[in-house]
Amino acid sequence: MSAPLLELKDVIKSFGDNHVLRGVDIDVARGCSLVVLGGSGSGKSVMLKTALGLMTPDDGKIIFDGADVTFAGGREREEMRARIGMLFQSGALFDSLMVWENVAFRLIHSDGVKRAEAREKAIETLRKVHLGPSVADLRPAELSGGMQKRVALARAIITRPDLVFFDEPTTGLDPITADAINDLILDQVKALGAAAISITHDMASARKIADEIAMLHQGRIIWRGPASEIDRSGNDHVDQFVNGRAHGPIQPSL
Amino acid sequence: MSEHSRTDRDDSGVSVPNPLRWIGVSALGLFAEVGRVARFSGGVIGAALSPPWYPGEVFRQIGRIGFYSLPVVGLSSIFIGAALALNIYTGGSRYGAEQFVPNIVVLGITRELGAVITGLMLAGRVSAGISAEIGAMRVTEQIDALKTLSASPERYLYAPRLIAALVTLPILVALSDIIGVMGGWLVSVQALGFDSTVYLRNTVDFVTWEDITAGLIKAVVFGAVIALMGCFHGDRSKAGATGVGRAATLSMVSAAVLVLALNYVMSTLFTEIGL
Ligand SMILES: Nc1ncnc2c1ncn2[C@@H]1O[C@H](COP(=O)(O)OP(=O)(O)OP(=O)(O)O)[C@@H](O)[C@H]1O
Ligand SMILES: [Mg+2]
Repeated sequence: MSAPLLELKDVIKSFGDNHVLRGVDIDVARGCSLVVLGGSGSGKSVMLKTALGLMTPDDGKIIFDGADVTFAGGREREEMRARIGMLFQSGALFDSLMVWENVAFRLIHSDGVKRAEAREKAIETLRKVHLGPSVADLRPAELSGGMQKRVALARAIITRPDLVFFDEPTTGLDPITADAINDLILDQVKALGAAAISITHDMASARKIADEIAMLHQGRIIWRGPASEIDRSGNDHVDQFVNGRAHGPIQPSL
Repeated sequence: MSEHSRTDRDDSGVSVPNPLRWIGVSALGLFAEVGRVARFSGGVIGAALSPPWYPGEVFRQIGRIGFYSLPVVGLSSIFIGAALALNIYTGGSRYGAEQFVPNIVVLGITRELGAVITGLMLAGRVSAGISAEIGAMRVTEQIDALKTLSASPERYLYAPRLIAALVTLPILVALSDIIGVMGGWLVSVQALGFDSTVYLRNTVDFVTWEDITAGLIKAVVFGAVIALMGCFHGDRSKAGATGVGRAATLSMVSAAVLVLALNYVMSTLFTEIGL
């Protein structure tokens, strides 16, 4: 396996007394699709935001392509982000812009692509997420939740980033569209050689897209292994999660 | 401030208010706040002064801040001008000095009221609007999304609003000056028996470029205050509808208070330097 593209080393992040990440170690290499599982509120989204520098870790290191970017600022941070695509759990579409302007945002504003050309590219990318050209001139508020998610996905991958974060890519989608999104994620990794970290609660999706699966629990990665071994993990927490049982070692912290 | 305790426990365990401590904590809080505003403003001004710029965004904001403020600025100016003329007439007539109405009206409007009225109306309309919009973007993660797309919010969101406010406020204040003077003229001619031509000639003969410039300098400063307060409070907005609402209120109140305070400071300064 090649050197990791992204590495989190012993990352710690708290909000007041809420100790969300208590020492997360994780890494992902090019051409590898990593799926992170974890209960609701376990800090999966916070982990991705910390990796991107949207939140600063209290302690630990973030290494991207061999460089320590934990406290990177200015140009270094921008260069790093130009190589990363992020699908936010909430979509986070710009509601003042049209759908195609959202999708083509980076092309227009950072890469200096002409608007007409950027629009073509946006429509092409929308097709990959099973959205027709008719949505291009709508506002995000005029779309359903699942459609917004796919527009956000198109925005994240339009520039073919080296590393993509997918925060619950298939949540809220029907099974057929969800499977098309799975194929798209696989395509990013296998055909384009990107590295991907996906967060999902959808085990069917996880089994399909993951090369490796990791589980985040109580602020740490408690298990990590090849996707093929997810049913033979030997870890009670993982078993309970994978099989979706209410009773087991993971109990809601009330 | 409620998170800071306003009382200290003495040895007997009884709560006693400690005003000194409260004053100290408040003063420290105020200094910290001023520091945060200064740091934030420095970042936005820096972004406004250096490329890349987003001209499309700037024009869009000029339309929103400037054009759509015309009705509210026009209406408030005409009423203020009219009321001013009436009061000066009442006051002046006690000394038989009614004929100075046009002079005092144009002086009051150009040096103070045009800028102050425009500043206050825009603190409500524009500053609160900016912070509600930015606050909503903050809590729906759109600001985070901007960053991941390599567009800094300072450049893409805040600097265009600052530039637009700096450009439009002087224009709005100039219009407010004209409409305010017209309000005074209207009431003087219609109700107070002034001759229209004489009133206007007195106005034009009396007003100086210094009076007008003083008002326009204030306009530029108020423009900065309104845009920066809107962006600052929006940027810090807490999650949820209440958070965004609170950000809008805070930005409106702080912009309005700053407009009035800075107006006084600048009036004093202009008197000192003879502008
Ligand atoms: N900006 C923030 N300020 C304070 N606390 C936060 C913030 N963001 C997240 N948290 C806290 O961090 C914890 C983890 O949140 P996170 O969004 O990462 O969960 P998650 O694992 O993504 O859950 P889900 O599967 O429901 O999306 C939660 O307890 C949340 O309250
Ligand atoms: Mg999440």
